[in-house]
Amino acid sequence: MEVKNNTAELKDNSAYRRLKDKVFFGIVIGVSVITISPIILIIGKLILKGFKQINFSFFTEVTPSTYDAMVAVSNNETIPGGIVNGITGTLLIVGIASLIAIPIGILIGLFLFESGEKAYARLIRNLSDILQGVPSIVLGLIAYLWVVKGITNGYSALAGSVALAIMMLPLIIRSTEETMKMIPGSLKEAGMALGVPYYKVILRVLIPSGFSGLMTGILLAISRILGETAPLMLTALGNPMINWDATAPTSAVPLLIWDFYNDPNMVDLIWSSSLFLMGFVLTLNIISKRFIAKQ
Amino acid sequence: MKSDTITKYVLLISSVVILLVSGGMVFSLIGDAVPVFEKFGWRFITSTEWNPTEGRENYGALPFIAGTISTSVLALLICLPMAFATALFIAEYFKKSSFSSIIGSMVDLLAGVPSIVYGLWGFYTLRPFIVSLGLDPQGYGIFTSGLILAIMIIPYATSISSEIIAMVPNELKEAAYSLGATRLEVIKYVVIPNARSGIIASFILAFGRALGETMAVTMLIGNANIIPTGLFSTGNSMASVIANQFGEADGLKMSALVAIGLLLFVITGIINAVGKLVIKKMS
Amino acid sequence: MNTNIDVIENPVLKIDNLHIAYNKSDNYAVKNVNVTVKKNTITAIMGPSGCGKSTLLRAINRMHELYPDIQTKGSIYLNEEDIMKMSSIHLRRKVGMVFQRPNPFPTMSIYDNVIAGYKLNGMRMKKSERDQIVEESLKSVALWDEVKDSLHKKGTFLSGGQQQRLCIARAIAYKPDVILLDEPTSALDPIATSRVEDLLVKLKKDYTIVMVTHNMSQAARISEYSMFMYLGDLVEYGKTKRMFTNPRDNKTEEYLTGKFG
Repeated sequence: MEVKNNTAELKDNSAYRRLKDKVFFGIVIGVSVITISPIILIIGKLILKGFKQINFSFFTEVTPSTYDAMVAVSNNETIPGGIVNGITGTLLIVGIASLIAIPIGILIGLFLFESGEKAYARLIRNLSDILQGVPSIVLGLIAYLWVVKGITNGYSALAGSVALAIMMLPLIIRSTEETMKMIPGSLKEAGMALGVPYYKVILRVLIPSGFSGLMTGILLAISRILGETAPLMLTALGNPMINWDATAPTSAVPLLIWDFYNDPNMVDLIWSSSLFLMGFVLTLNIISKRFIAKQ
Repeated sequence: MKSDTITKYVLLISSVVILLVSGGMVFSLIGDAVPVFEKFGWRFITSTEWNPTEGRENYGALPFIAGTISTSVLALLICLPMAFATALFIAEYFKKSSFSSIIGSMVDLLAGVPSIVYGLWGFYTLRPFIVSLGLDPQGYGIFTSGLILAIMIIPYATSISSEIIAMVPNELKEAAYSLGATRLEVIKYVVIPNARSGIIASFILAFGRALGETMAVTMLIGNANIIPTGLFSTGNSMASVIANQFGEADGLKMSALVAIGLLLFVITGIINAVGKLVIKKMS
Repeated sequence: MNTNIDVIENPVLKIDNLHIAYNKSDNYAVKNVNVTVKKNTITAIMGPSGCGKSTLLRAINRMHELYPDIQTKGSIYLNEEDIMKMSSIHLRRKVGMVFQRPNPFPTMSIYDNVIAGYKLNGMRMKKSERDQIVEESLKSVALWDEVKDSLHKKGTFLSGGQQQRLCIARAIAYKPDVILLDEPTSALDPIATSRVEDLLVKLKKDYTIVMVTHNMSQAARISEYSMFMYLGDLVEYGKTKRMFTNPRDNKTEEYLTGKFG
């Protein structure tokens, strides 16, 4: 009796359940398309509006004065000048940040890999995780307190680099440790068994065999910090000229975008600078994916 | 042997950098926040008045705390269905197909867009769109900021939840299918219960991201030092007020901004720790 | 090649010209299978690994539909009804399945696992009805006495053998006509295996059982009918006793005497 009852009920609800299943599938597709649409809209907008300002002088000249820009805009011409002070600034700031964060990060990653689950290593790992979650603006404040007030006595590229280096550090640590875990333990043991000093095993065995993993981590970390604006506003400040002095105020591409955004005469430069920045970030992303594919 | 000991010490000493950075960070933030806490005590957190005029200085962070929480909660609410659906798309419906890797890489691209570019897009595209819908005459405020924050945190929530959803054992799903379940029922009774804590953790971590985002919110929230009164009200967030007012700050005002940074540090630290704990419990 | 010698009248299952390929360009993993299955018997499918035995079994409840690449040709009839024309919801109601590795739902209690078929299909029942189904099903897999005091604990705390019996209870609670088992004892120890075998022998008076096994002696012990598959072909099919004593095909004989597999 009971079986029959259930079968009857089953027949009744199966069409309805199938419909619900299909509707939900439709919703998943629709919502997923909506979710990814901003990236298409953003890249589309950057290309459409930024393309016309990208020319030779964009990469060779410093930012124009507000007055020059205003004159150009009122005459319906393209704005003169470029963002070379931002590009060199970004190179300087990100370069110093990488010089600080990459070696230290790799060493700490190796340390964590060596120490496994010891209490002290767990503490370091957790602290590194916490650092990764600290908002970048707070890192800007810290670099201001430590470097701008403490070391360079004024806004400086170095202060910006310190903020960005603290951002990079946890990413490099994590990727180094994960990479090392993926290298077969026998490789390391083979080196040690031959009586090779441990530092040589690290330099000749571990790092070369984990090279593509390390590179992926480094490139992703750099692409993460390239577009950072907030911490640089508090540290590097900006500079209308090309500057290679780490202790002086320095510009960066994202800082220039912020300046252009705040200056009604420079609006046209916003899009080309953003297009350039996005292109840079995405290229690094794609290159790092290549390294993942190699692994 | 000797060089090995040196190597071990070099590695150990390098790890001290993390201790110094995190310890120094707490020490500096607290140290520089002390003056404002000494002067205002708890009123710094509960007062709504932010007045830098000399002689009548008063610093209350409540409007910014309210602004940060309301934009982030709104972002989380918008992000929830979107990230969840996208994670199902990637890790369940189109698992291992090229559709899934296309959508997956587009989500990764979303994570790569700098905050300031989101701000620009929000300002020049999203804001006029909201105005044209007649939702708000200016288009600034909590809603616009929450929406752009949602787009910014979707990649974080999606990538973690899709990893977790992909890990739900196929044999459990097959068991449910063999009992006549539809795909929706398999998702409801097998996939979600088995992936639940990972999905929750992904949203907690995404929420932590939203709390600290600066540039995009600064460009869209309206920068009014008031407690937001509604969805389309303007306001200010903790991160934005630091970015906006830092330039002209010194003395007590600087201390107030550092104190806001300290609050932000503590709140995001707690949220992230909870998220990591949920993930650890699961594995 | 299909030597369906021992004729079966009024079969529960009838498989006609069944071909299965893992994707469009692949060779067939199951080739031209024609078989009928007798009601209330145990039919064993044997063969070396990779011979297509699980693939054949999973066609009977249309499990292959979960993987869009898999191509199926031919027809299968359940009580003379074409399963391709049934809704999969309905088909799987009538054809239950037990898997190689015990897979109770880890997020559900023992009780909810047994009743899962009803729950997943959105059927509402009185508590007394549910209790009755759970008790009956657990009793018929001889698990009731072992778990009756811990019905609301998670099923994953049970031993492997208990978990597999729970999975059988989950399948029979839903009152199917046919139960498919895919190497149900390959993950179990010998004692748990023999309990499951005893159980299957008992269950066949109410159900028709089709099981894949890589264990010849298991097939010999409990099945009435056996199929021997090799490289996707159904080499031989007939009464188990006859096949073990007097195989008609050389390949079958070689396999049964342990020359390969």
